[in-house]
Amino acid sequence: MTPRPWRVIDRRRETADSWTLELEPADGGPPISYLPGQFNMIYAFGIGEVPISISGDPGGGGPLVHTVRDVGAVSAAICRARPGDQLGVRGPYGSAWPVADVGGRHLLIVAGGVGLAPLRPALRDALARRDELARLTLLVGGRTPADLLFRDELEELHADRRLEVAVTVDSALGGWRGHVGVVTTLIADLDFDPATTTALMCGPEVMMRFAAEALIGSGMSVADLHVSMERNMKCAITHCGRCQFGPTFVCREGAVMRYADIEAIFNLREI
Amino acid sequence: MPIRSIEQVLTEIKTFEGLEQRHLDRIAGCGTNCGFAAGEVIAREGDPADTFYVIRHGRVALETSAPVGGSLLITTLGDGTVVGWSWLIPPYRWRFDARAVEETRAIAFDGACLRGKCDSDHELGYVLMQRFAQIILDRLQATRLQLLDVYGEPARR
Repeated sequence: MTPRPWRVIDRRRETADSWTLELEPADGGPPISYLPGQFNMIYAFGIGEVPISISGDPGGGGPLVHTVRDVGAVSAAICRARPGDQLGVRGPYGSAWPVADVGGRHLLIVAGGVGLAPLRPALRDALARRDELARLTLLVGGRTPADLLFRDELEELHADRRLEVAVTVDSALGGWRGHVGVVTTLIADLDFDPATTTALMCGPEVMMRFAAEALIGSGMSVADLHVSMERNMKCAITHCGRCQFGPTFVCREGAVMRYADIEAIFNLREI
Repeated sequence: MPIRSIEQVLTEIKTFEGLEQRHLDRIAGCGTNCGFAAGEVIAREGDPADTFYVIRHGRVALETSAPVGGSLLITTLGDGTVVGWSWLIPPYRWRFDARAVEETRAIAFDGACLRGKCDSDHELGYVLMQRFAQIILDRLQATRLQLLDVYGEPARR
């Protein structure tokens, strides 16, 4: 439960309210290894602790990378951290995207908004395992072009022949030459075999619900859908119950969950 | 590139997937190939909706007039999608502006011709109404999701 001190070594602005931080151990200890989809509890000393998914390359070595959206007092403090500042880190916790288990299949990654951050490690892992996959597709939705995370990387991925990339925004003014419409419209436009596709989705819950409906409507089995859930957490080790989601604890069964396991409660407003 | 008939193209369009050949033949009989330059206006809101289009290759923007600042871009449509459903529903007037975002090849269908065939062949009319109702439903759902502004700023915690 004791956070280790990590030092911020780089800070990049992604959007108006999101920042990517790179950290290294400040205690002389080893770096952490993690699986794609796992998260850390990040502690802004004296302010509070929040769960943040790791957005780095799990096989890439190098610093620990987190992309954080400023949505409250703690995340705002984390976003304000400058190179040289220290943050507390506990983890990694949680389940992983099943990238290693989908050999021979089409891996379809559907990201909405800041949901691209928890999916980035899965994408990097999938690219590292590209020979094992039949096909790799990334669909990204954002509010406006200015709200898209990792824009430079998306540009590079567009030119990468190992995968197909489609990006859409909900609204755009002049200058945007790309697609406009919600992310589910990209699913409708995608020509794919639902029987041999596994989908990973992360974004606002309502977006994931619409995306899941679109994928199931396209013929996909609910068993082949995986989502990453977000809940407030306190302990992250199943003691406090803060992250309870129906009969599950997001810190233990999640954050990555099989959609089939939560479908029945996913649409319940009371949960 | 092999030249394909309009009937052949229609079999690859999701909206017309699984239609009986006799229905495809009747629909294709009202279609002609056409093209639009980037920026070209395809339809204007309020104008008679005598035509609908199937995009073969390109991108079309659907826009509506905004009270301030000209037009509001609602969505863009790509390969294999249908542009226009107002030809099927009275008063047969376009509900949006449609503009080619890039050079676009399409099939233009004569709505009056097809309405006439639907009037004389109610089975064709029912099938087309079902397929176009799906388009309207999908666009309505997409617009609802846009209105929800799901990526907007959450309540601060």
